Amino acid sequence: MAEHGAGDLRLTGLTKRFGDFTAVHPLDLTIPRGSFFALLGPSGCGKTTTLRMVAGLEEPSGGTIHLGDTDVTGTRAHRRNVNTVFQSYALFPHMTVLDNVMFGLRRKGDKQAEAKAREALELVQLGQAGGRRPGQLSGGMQQRVALARALVNRPDVLLLDEPLGALDLKLRRQMQIELKRIQQEVGLTFVHVTHDQEEAMTMADHIAVMNAGRIEQLADPATLYEHPASTFVANFLGQSNLLRARVEGGARDGLVRANTEGQELLLAADSVPEGLTDLWVGVRPEKLTLGEAGGRNRLGGRVVDASFTGVATQYVVRTPWGADLVVVQQNDGSARATPGEDVTLSWEPGREFVLDAAQDDHAGLDEVAVDG
Amino acid sequence: MAEAALAPGGPARRRRRSWVPYALLAPGLLWLAVFFVAPMVTLGSQSLQEGNVYDGYTLTGNVGIYADAVGKYWPHLLRSVGYAATATVFALLLAYPLAYFMAQKAGRWKNVLLVLVVAPFFTSFLIRTLAWRTILSDTGPVTEVAQALHLTDLLQLLHLTNNDTLLSSKFAVIAGLTYNFLPFMILPLYAALDRLDPRLVEAAGDLYASPWQAFRHVTWPLSLPGVVAGTLLTFIPAAGDFINSRLLGNTQTVMIGQVIDSQFLRVLDYPLAAALSFVLLLMILGLVTAYVRRAGTEELV
Amino acid sequence: MAWVRRHLLFLAAVLVLAYMLVPNVVVAVFSFNDPVGRYNYTWRAFSLDAWANPCGAAGICQSLGLSLRVGLVASLTATVLGTMVAFALGRHRFRGRAGTNLLIFMPMATPEVVMGSSLLTLFLMMGLPAGTLAITIAHIMFCISFVVVAVKARVATLDPRLEEAAADLGATPLQTFLRVTFPLAFPGILAGALLAFSLSFDDYIITNFTASPSSVTFPMYVWGAAQRGAPVQVNVIGTLMFLVALLVVVAGQALAARRERSRAG
Repeated sequence: MAEHGAGDLRLTGLTKRFGDFTAVHPLDLTIPRGSFFALLGPSGCGKTTTLRMVAGLEEPSGGTIHLGDTDVTGTRAHRRNVNTVFQSYALFPHMTVLDNVMFGLRRKGDKQAEAKAREALELVQLGQAGGRRPGQLSGGMQQRVALARALVNRPDVLLLDEPLGALDLKLRRQMQIELKRIQQEVGLTFVHVTHDQEEAMTMADHIAVMNAGRIEQLADPATLYEHPASTFVANFLGQSNLLRARVEGGARDGLVRANTEGQELLLAADSVPEGLTDLWVGVRPEKLTLGEAGGRNRLGGRVVDASFTGVATQYVVRTPWGADLVVVQQNDGSARATPGEDVTLSWEPGREFVLDAAQDDHAGLDEVAVDG
Repeated sequence: MAEAALAPGGPARRRRRSWVPYALLAPGLLWLAVFFVAPMVTLGSQSLQEGNVYDGYTLTGNVGIYADAVGKYWPHLLRSVGYAATATVFALLLAYPLAYFMAQKAGRWKNVLLVLVVAPFFTSFLIRTLAWRTILSDTGPVTEVAQALHLTDLLQLLHLTNNDTLLSSKFAVIAGLTYNFLPFMILPLYAALDRLDPRLVEAAGDLYASPWQAFRHVTWPLSLPGVVAGTLLTFIPAAGDFINSRLLGNTQTVMIGQVIDSQFLRVLDYPLAAALSFVLLLMILGLVTAYVRRAGTEELV
Repeated sequence: MAWVRRHLLFLAAVLVLAYMLVPNVVVAVFSFNDPVGRYNYTWRAFSLDAWANPCGAAGICQSLGLSLRVGLVASLTATVLGTMVAFALGRHRFRGRAGTNLLIFMPMATPEVVMGSSLLTLFLMMGLPAGTLAITIAHIMFCISFVVVAVKARVATLDPRLEEAAADLGATPLQTFLRVTFPLAFPGILAGALLAFSLSFDDYIITNFTASPSSVTFPMYVWGAAQRGAPVQVNVIGTLMFLVALLVVVAGQALAARRERSRAG
């Protein structure tokens, strides 16, 4: 049962409608075997619905799901060699931890269920907890039991539905590292659904950013961050300062001249799409430098807020035309600016990214603000 | 009362005054002690007395009455337990799908269904039991359909009826008992199934359990508290009931409650009636204790 | 066939519900019957006679009045006593909790015929005559446990921190109870009271052991009438009871729903 389906997970035109509402627009996605893949997006973007369709818990309205060469679209959940770590963990409260972990193997009639289950509990460092009930365990331990219960079946694909959402920050960081270690150790395909961009970036090899039932961008974490394909991605993944600019003149020495609010900017020519004249110029806060040492692009402004976070200080600098720019400076010992101070911000051409000005510069911002 | 708030040394949760719970408990428990526990004592005492209603009774410690009572009425005792157990099993079989549907599938209709389940319960059950005489009457459509489908023959074969009608039979009594105590089965089952997290059933499916296996290994064990409470709440009153056997049965379906009732109120043989009453109580307590041992009183109350 | 299999659970639920409701429908339909002779078991002709004159059968409305009075007194008393016990169980630590739980549980685990006959022996020994007082005492006794269960279930869902917050804001224990605990527990108390009333109103077996010929409750009237042939008025009153119960339950649900909404809004 285990081997024949192993291969890439391929979604073709996968769609889900609930009445008039389309939760997932036709979606094409190939998740390579053995990769750690993240589906990232705000709540309600369709990522969990996609995951549930892969698990067989939701019937697609259209499209197909392939595991390797096998079409599993119509296969019911209990016949699919896919397991899920649920957001609520969904541990069976009336069974011991060991019985929980053995559940799947028992259903498949595995003779070595107990040995394998104990091994899986060792893997998640809960070798001693087998006889206890889920209710007696802490949230972090329950999470690991849920992981062991899914992993022990050696599924073709392991689905993780916001599995770390209920944990506190410190435990979450610890579990992120552990999950990644386990994934590398067992080499299974992990598909991880999350709304936490930091979590997705830490863990995944590839991330698909979803918004309103569609994939906005699919890339590795660094590409997503450095070259977001849309304002939604730019705002949802980390912070972005978006400046409205207009191209003035052609490229020279690999640079394009642009103008924002009367200030001249130099942009790396290869980042400006052909034929685009109205732009959003995006600069990440840590790429801006207080003072003129940062590079050839300069903007003046006044510090309106400074918050010290330990490794860095985050400033809000208001430009003469009233835009607030966020700047993050490492605490490298240099003097810090104080609110009310007039400062210059600078960066070197090429550190920015460029998007079409037709896009909404607030896309993805609300979701970050309200998401709990 | 104000100084309680100022009591020194109180950590986060202030120590409550120790007499308060006892004051709250006293009137209710006293009532139960006087009008529930004490009568059990007088019942026991009555069973060991000899005499008659007109000349009075004296306590003689006539334990032999129990042997007489059981010797004479064991068929009624057994019949009562048998009918009640059968009705309980049928009630469980009927109540489970309805309770499951209400709790897990009904969505916004949940409350409407709850009203429909509870409403008959608020109507006189004597009148409703009398209605079964109309429904099962010899010339009624139900009997005609049952005859046409040869269900009446099947019931005769099973010795549940004596002829090709439905009323005044074992079948009618058991159907009436099942009907009468069905809400007592549905409500605890509903309460238990309403608490069941549907994601657990989903998780079972995700872990290769077929729908039947998911039911057997997850839904059923998690609904057990409701099953235990429901079967108790059905079985106990059904075992002591005599209204159904009186209104829907015949002379061959007399249950123990009917015997106790008539011995007390018509034959006026108080010691025998008291002894029978005690035997019934002990029998049921024995069965209930086995249950309570497994579930614990706190969970059932 | 596929449709049937998909909706098997739904069909089963509907059938069971029908089984539960058919007698009520029959009672309602036969309240419009014009029976020949004394037995209202077979349909003859449509008539509004009984509805026009619900008290037309001798003694029926007196018995109804007695049942209402006994039900009211018994349910109110049982609600007060039971609520106190429920609060003690739900909100206080005390010695003898297991014993209390057992004492509350026992009346529910005892067949009515045993409770009725044992009360008869007690009242005989006390010299308390059978009649309205004896009936009321008995009804209070078997209602208490059900009130405790209903109220305790509600109290268990309440967050004790609300009471701590009230105390923290300067409320005395009494004020905390009156302004926080009681209003929050009220739906459970009301449910318990309604349950107690309906149990008392509907009881035949225990009442039978404690009643005298001059204290005929409605169920006893129905029982007696059933031996001789029940008048159509019994069906009228049965139907009215069903409608009133339906109204009360629906009103209760609507009220709860509105509260829920206003709380959410």
